[in-house]
Amino acid sequence: MAEAVRYRKERIDRGIKARTDTIYVLSSFRDMVYLFLPRFLPIILLLLLPFFVKGGYWEKVLFYSCMFALLALSWDFMASVGLVSLGQALFFGVGAYISGGLNHYFKMPIFLTIPIATLGGALFCTLLLFSVLRLRGVYFSMVTLILPLLFAHLIETLDILGGTHGLLSLTPFPSGWLSVYLAIIGVIICLFGFRKLISEDFGLVLRGIKDDDRVVMAGGINIHWYKAQAIFIAGAVGCFAGALMTHYYQFVGRSVFALDYTVLPLAGAVLGGPGSFAGATIGTFILVPLSEVLRALGGLRMALYGVILIAALVILPEGLFHYIERRYHQFERDVRI
Amino acid sequence: MQDEEILRVEHLTKRFGGVIAVDNVSFSLQKGEFLGIIGPNGSGKTTLINLITGFVKPTSGKVTFNHTDITGKAPYRIACLGVSRSFQMARAFHKLPAYKNLIVPLYSPRVKRLGGGKYGERDDVAIDLLDDLGFERDSAVPYKAAGSLPHGYLKRLDLARCMALRPDLLILDELFSGMAMSEVAATLPMIEKFNREGLTIVMAEHRLKELFRVTHRVMVLNFGQKIADGTPKEVMSREEVQKAYLGTEVEG
Repeated sequence: MAEAVRYRKERIDRGIKARTDTIYVLSSFRDMVYLFLPRFLPIILLLLLPFFVKGGYWEKVLFYSCMFALLALSWDFMASVGLVSLGQALFFGVGAYISGGLNHYFKMPIFLTIPIATLGGALFCTLLLFSVLRLRGVYFSMVTLILPLLFAHLIETLDILGGTHGLLSLTPFPSGWLSVYLAIIGVIICLFGFRKLISEDFGLVLRGIKDDDRVVMAGGINIHWYKAQAIFIAGAVGCFAGALMTHYYQFVGRSVFALDYTVLPLAGAVLGGPGSFAGATIGTFILVPLSEVLRALGGLRMALYGVILIAALVILPEGLFHYIERRYHQFERDVRI
Repeated sequence: MQDEEILRVEHLTKRFGGVIAVDNVSFSLQKGEFLGIIGPNGSGKTTLINLITGFVKPTSGKVTFNHTDITGKAPYRIACLGVSRSFQMARAFHKLPAYKNLIVPLYSPRVKRLGGGKYGERDDVAIDLLDDLGFERDSAVPYKAAGSLPHGYLKRLDLARCMALRPDLLILDELFSGMAMSEVAATLPMIEKFNREGLTIVMAEHRLKELFRVTHRVMVLNFGQKIADGTPKEVMSREEVQKAYLGTEVEG
């Protein structure tokens, strides 16, 4: 009697995953594609996108998406330490005003203003938030919500840094390509850098603070120092975005402290799935172009926007990325018994 | 080793509003000693531990550890000096695999100073520690998410987390509560072994029979006051202890 060849289904990820997250067993080219495709595809897509939009309106949208993606990544990083911020606009605005101010008053070139705004802004924001680091949960969130509004009002009432008019005709980027690619590379570095960082020992400590800060304290770790480092990192990313935006529009005004720069990244991160960084990126890259498409609807835009967000939260509370990731892990192959 | 004071608590008091949770408690501890703290519910055992480890600031009094005044210092500073504590309600980072829970203390300045657990080695150190405490390295247990572990394992994970800090003084807050008899029987020899190897241990516990098997000295708290201090036999024969702790039922 000829024996029939029998197959059974096996999940691909079970086969290639060893006990820990960082070691894989690859036995075929297919395994390798399975493992690397989700890592390289987004990089390649992001790098190719500027060729598809070729300047013009949609290039602006792409650049804008990158800005919000950076803010969403920055939000997600803070959230993974348990610091739920309602004020990414603070980082964005501080970065924007530092680079704008340096360029306007001291005539500094772009290649100086952006790095100074990134690091200096992050330091400034960290010092600003240092005193409220011991606040937990909603109290911390409230302070972060107030700070950007405070700055916007300070600039308006004291008429400093250009007041209500803002700082005009700042140095533009030498080429559109440079600005877009700086933004895209920024997003890629943050996305993969954060994913790596959070799985390192340093990241474990940060996640521990979110889970149970008393255990971290009992483990001999100064949680305020680590929270401050997390804010510095998140702040640097937000300030970098602000600085890029300033030179892209050659203008900086109070609007950089607007609630939009807080709400949209947060919505993107929630839609995409917080805690994964990939989710925050995917979410903003859906929401920002979508809101541009919806612009034709005028006043209804915000309403429809809200409906989409609520629907996403109800249907996919875990977020898009976690859903996709789960489905991807469930891919099966036939294995000969 | 012997006859060297490691911990001295002087007139320690903590008021929460009108309630005096810990009332003028003093005691001292020699290196290598094994002290049990017992007392009815609400007698101030956990508050006393929180006061020593810095999680609660005392109203008055003084705590000295290894001749250093640690009264009211931040918990992480006290931990880094070598005082490691477990939590009554087993706390853990539930989403992380069990062994990754130990990375946090292994990452602390204390362990770095003591020269253990460099980059890339911490996972191995963590798994070694867990293996010693009954999380067999070849089984799936150390790699499971901490949140999926049974209660007894969580308590032992908490103990492993304390040991990862390489403490000089280990303070256990009701380690055995909620543990099965078999788990207690398995854990007890490990704690005894730590003590034999020179570790000073303070253990607040409700399970007296198990506690009395390992400890030579017991301190009794009632309504925040220290009412007795001595060998288990001495202490349990005192009338006020029997009244406070056991109520009217007097066991032989």
